[in-house]
Amino acid sequence: MKFRGKIVDGACLNHFTRISNMIAKLAKTCTLRISPDKLNFILCDKLANGGVSMWCELEQENFFSEFQMEGFSAENNEIYLELTSENLSRALKTAQNARALKIKLTNKHFPCLTVSVELFSMSSSTRIATHDIPIKVIPRKLWKDLQEPMVPDPDVSIYLPVLKTMKSVVEKMKNISSHLVVEANRDGELNLKIETELVCVTTHFKDLGNPPLASESTSQDRNPEHMAEVHIDIRKLLQFLAGQQVNPTKALCNIVTNKMVHFHLLHEDVSLQYFIPALS
Amino acid sequence: MGAEPAGAVRGKGPRARRPRRAGQCWPWFGRRGSMKCLVTGSNVKVLGKAVHSLSRIGDELYLEPLEDGLSLRTVNSSRSAYACFLFAPLFFQQYQATTPGQDLLRCKILMKSFLSVFRSLVMLEKTVEKCCISLNGQSSRLVVQLHCKFGVRKTHNLSFQDCESLQAVFDPALCPHVLRAPARVLGEAVLPFPPALAEVTLGIGRGCRVILRSYHEEDADSTVRAMVTEVCLGEEDFQQLQAQEGAAITFCLKEFRGLLSFAESANLNLCIHFDAPGRPAIFTVKDSLLDGHFVLATLSETDSYSQDLGSLERHRPVPQLQAHSTPHPDDFANDDIDSYMIAMETTIGNEGSRALPSISLSPGPQPPQSPGSPSEEEDEAEPSTVPGTPPPKKFRSLFFGSILAPVGSPQGPSPVLAEDSEGEG
Repeated sequence: MKFRGKIVDGACLNHFTRISNMIAKLAKTCTLRISPDKLNFILCDKLANGGVSMWCELEQENFFSEFQMEGFSAENNEIYLELTSENLSRALKTAQNARALKIKLTNKHFPCLTVSVELFSMSSSTRIATHDIPIKVIPRKLWKDLQEPMVPDPDVSIYLPVLKTMKSVVEKMKNISSHLVVEANRDGELNLKIETELVCVTTHFKDLGNPPLASESTSQDRNPEHMAEVHIDIRKLLQFLAGQQVNPTKALCNIVTNKMVHFHLLHEDVSLQYFIPALS
Repeated sequence: MGAEPAGAVRGKGPRARRPRRAGQCWPWFGRRGSMKCLVTGSNVKVLGKAVHSLSRIGDELYLEPLEDGLSLRTVNSSRSAYACFLFAPLFFQQYQATTPGQDLLRCKILMKSFLSVFRSLVMLEKTVEKCCISLNGQSSRLVVQLHCKFGVRKTHNLSFQDCESLQAVFDPALCPHVLRAPARVLGEAVLPFPPALAEVTLGIGRGCRVILRSYHEEDADSTVRAMVTEVCLGEEDFQQLQAQEGAAITFCLKEFRGLLSFAESANLNLCIHFDAPGRPAIFTVKDSLLDGHFVLATLSETDSYSQDLGSLERHRPVPQLQAHSTPHPDDFANDDIDSYMIAMETTIGNEGSRALPSISLSPGPQPPQSPGSPSEEEDEAEPSTVPGTPPPKKFRSLFFGSILAPVGSPQGPSPVLAEDSEGEG
């Protein structure tokens, strides 16, 4: 298995760094899947993650000026690696003003993803910072658990309000309750609700707009004002919102009543899907 | 009170039993002189920064006005780091070490107390016009007075203890290896390292490249490996580079950062004098008005701990420093992990044996790294768990012994640095 890539464009580098910072906030450990066209950061819905799963996808040619990979085999031309997300974001942090960044799979005493940053320096010599990020290669047998999650048809699909606002609301709510109800309808209304013995707090977002639903047939029967709701753990929602440092290009959420809420964001050309299951 | 010969009067009270040294005076009989130093302008901030630096090392500040300047010193609790700043008389608008004919003051203050005066560097820079440090011969308080803008005067009365002079025995001139570079260059070089990183290895690689690499103790119990960061500097970055290829030392980065941040803010060059692993490394900054020395212990090549275990390979490794990143863009010699994959596939769920880092000390080039066939790796890996053993004390108080002792000889008990003036002996 081989992998090597090079990023020389400053804007691409910064974007890649921001993505890795986001991943570091969303998942302590994650899987990096390398395929000929894409890179994916994956968190699968294990109990250890509290049932939360994440699927982040980017097209490699939007970032890398050079990209070569050789997967497990010709039929399975992919590489799955497990790593500590913070290591990658920390390594990329040093590349803020770099001339070039190279990333490759190596085996120096232990398998690593080596990030090599060529820095600008005052003197004529190039300064190079290298980070060896320890990784675990995920064996072929376990790949089936790391595939893109299937999204059941949502009951409601709605565009999200400004995430910063959502985050500050949820942050305050976290101090009152550990459950949160997310509900939305096809009339562009989204509510975040918490209920305790002493107090109920609801924040209403209006005029958000709904993306067109894939299956139009079900939508005919429903009253557009009917709310689809799901109870979730507030901390999981907060963790998701805290990871969004930059306003996404596009953000929507799909609610499957009493099952899960599925967030789908687009950061320029990078797609992020985040699934929070309903509390049982 | 007249002097009494030692031992002449016994059993007549605690005072009589104290051993006396020539020239020592009892603190409370006021033969100590008065001290006064006045710092003005931007030097106040420099002084403050120096105190911040020292606070990264130790909990007690030894303040000693000498004829050639005010000396501020500290040592850490494990005696593995010593720091000293000497401010020349010209640094001060007014400098009086002691009143004529009186003994020099030597006092020890809680670092926290002294630092609290200079806590906010921003405040020092913006509002403080003058700083006066004084001690009246009779009083028991060191007075630090900040004269600020708008007529505000802040007076701090700090209690202190008399003490012996804190001296560390070291001589930069005896170190065979010297590096000198602007602090800014070194500051940039340590940026890629995580702020929490405790230790770093500095060494000379092929082609006189200076390499800094994060050092992590091989923790047999942890399943999570740490990321290894390495920064490579070219010879041209250094104003002086006098060191052999292969020379390398490992020292505490946190302590070094203390001096580094001071040197960066004062725009000084930083000099690193070092010797063999285990011998202390001396970091110095200097300009016409001040002198700073940080002496840090370095990791020794073998540790009595590992020798007791009788294991072959668990020397506390002094990492062979070879630049992993070469100037050639396509160095993929280390790419091949297929053999590792084979090992993985055949032992699913097994963590697999970990190859040990290279521990050779020879300065010559390392033999080409073969990724190692699975069986090779298994042979090299030794049982990596030593259950229940406490982590070894790596940094011994190494450097307070005589520097004339032969290299590698076991250190005697660390000499007492500063005896309690009131001590029971």
